[in-house]
Amino acid sequence: MMARDRSLIVAGAIFALLLVAPYGLGLIGQGYLTGLLMRAMLLAIAALSLDLLVGQGGMVSFGHSAFVGLGAYALAIGLQAGIDSLLLLTLIALAVSGLFALVTGALALRTSGVYFLMITLAFGQMTYFTLTSLAAYGGDDGLTLWSLATLFGSDVAQNAGQIYFVILAVMVATWWLVHRIGQSRFGRVLRGARDNPERAEVMGFSVFRYRLTAYVIAGMIASLSGVLTAQQNEFVSPALATWQHSGDLLVILVIGGLGSRNGAILGAFFVVIVQDLLGAVTPDWRLIYGPLLVLVVLFAKGGLNRLFAPARQGPAA
Amino acid sequence: MSVLEIRNLSKSFGAVQVSRDISLSVAARQCHALIGPNGAGKTTLIHQVSGVLRPDAGRVLLDGRDITADPIWRRARAGLGRTFQITSVLPSFSVRENVALAAQAKAGSSMRFFAPAAAEAGLNRCADSVLERIRMADRAGVLAADLSHGERRLLELGIALAGAPKFLLLDEPMAGLGRAESLRLGDILEELRREIPMLLVEHDMDAIFRLADTVSVLVEGRVVARGTPDQVRADPAARAAYLGDGGSGGAAGGAA
Repeated sequence: MMARDRSLIVAGAIFALLLVAPYGLGLIGQGYLTGLLMRAMLLAIAALSLDLLVGQGGMVSFGHSAFVGLGAYALAIGLQAGIDSLLLLTLIALAVSGLFALVTGALALRTSGVYFLMITLAFGQMTYFTLTSLAAYGGDDGLTLWSLATLFGSDVAQNAGQIYFVILAVMVATWWLVHRIGQSRFGRVLRGARDNPERAEVMGFSVFRYRLTAYVIAGMIASLSGVLTAQQNEFVSPALATWQHSGDLLVILVIGGLGSRNGAILGAFFVVIVQDLLGAVTPDWRLIYGPLLVLVVLFAKGGLNRLFAPARQGPAA
Repeated sequence: MSVLEIRNLSKSFGAVQVSRDISLSVAARQCHALIGPNGAGKTTLIHQVSGVLRPDAGRVLLDGRDITADPIWRRARAGLGRTFQITSVLPSFSVRENVALAAQAKAGSSMRFFAPAAAEAGLNRCADSVLERIRMADRAGVLAADLSHGERRLLELGIALAGAPKFLLLDEPMAGLGRAESLRLGDILEELRREIPMLLVEHDMDAIFRLADTVSVLVEGRVVARGTPDQVRADPAARAAYLGDGGSGGAAGGAA
């Protein structure tokens, strides 16, 4: 159980650092970096939810950003309709994305492996093109949010307030939720079905039902990332739902280490910070970024998470 | 009353008829062995009983209830446990967790998302008593991927037992085992056979003579002989088809 303790310590350290970061960065005059941290945390929320599918469930979805897009547009459209309670808008986003996950998941989960990947990609693209066709909400160009949602009537969840800490809190809660699900009865069935679906069926579990439930949970969590992304950017656009964004989330998981909560967070920070640093050096940053990813995948087996929590014996959680 | 009943089961793959009007029933406390040359359709029959394949015609009843149309997992819930010809365990799970997950299927809902499953005393107790039974208590913490082939076969039986089955389908449980391991598994099955009725596919004739109450000989998808092990050994049709005519019974089956 040593390694599990260590992963809790690593997570605690990351959360503590993030908690004090805005003050520290403010002191050294680098306040703009909090924007970068927020972007990484928002990606981490979506990546954590995707890890439930990919890491624990063995379902490689290439359409996960559709849920981020749905969350963002739920907020934007709700605001336009005059709803400004963040809680209510979040509930709407959860309902919409949960329903979408239920319907698309029920179809996609009739397949597995590369076929599942292709079907989720197709649903992701359908979502993207649907969003671009919403002329009333900016179409291709997206939509600037002139008013933002309020949390209990306050501006805490706005840039003028303390949205950084709202995002941090949601990320920590997501980490905790995914952690608990991984160790629960449900998570055990999910991992069992990843290891050997035929065996799980013969044990008496309907693999389809468990996978579909995981798909719905993951989609709903990803929509939270979308809600907060829209609120923080004060802008939504269909770009949130592109397949490149889905690919980024998969890259984050691989870089961070599949099946580890801390890995999803570390991977998100790695991707955001490296992209930003390289972008500052050269406009052709992708020429460096690509090979760098290859090197990390080749040489950091098990991802960044392994640097902090070496491979352990015992049940993978 | 029979616990498992197979009625007039038929199945074809294209022009090849793999099950021809097979009927078979196993009563409580009975071990029914199924023997036959490779390609006779033994595993295909097991697959139809466990739900991997659907028969073209015929019915399968467990405890008098028709399960022919049920999916695999529902048959398992109804009390059908099975092992596979090719060992099938959860490699990234520990031995105890493999068995505990199987126990979980029988112990209330698994749509529980928060409480840590590894801390559930009831599941762990059930797992440990099964491990005791298959004599693997000392291996509880080992990853299934790190087990020997023989241990994995035992674990598979443990997984089946943890589901508290009413009936066991065992597809060549002795396959690939060394002499000592076969005897160990034979001991365990002998303990079990008076508790849980079973359908046993096996090539190891020693095991069949030790365990089986009834033997059915399957050739080209058809039952050609049936009786006690001694009757089947003496049956000309069975000898011609399978045991090797003129052979002394016993070891000849191992070559098939």
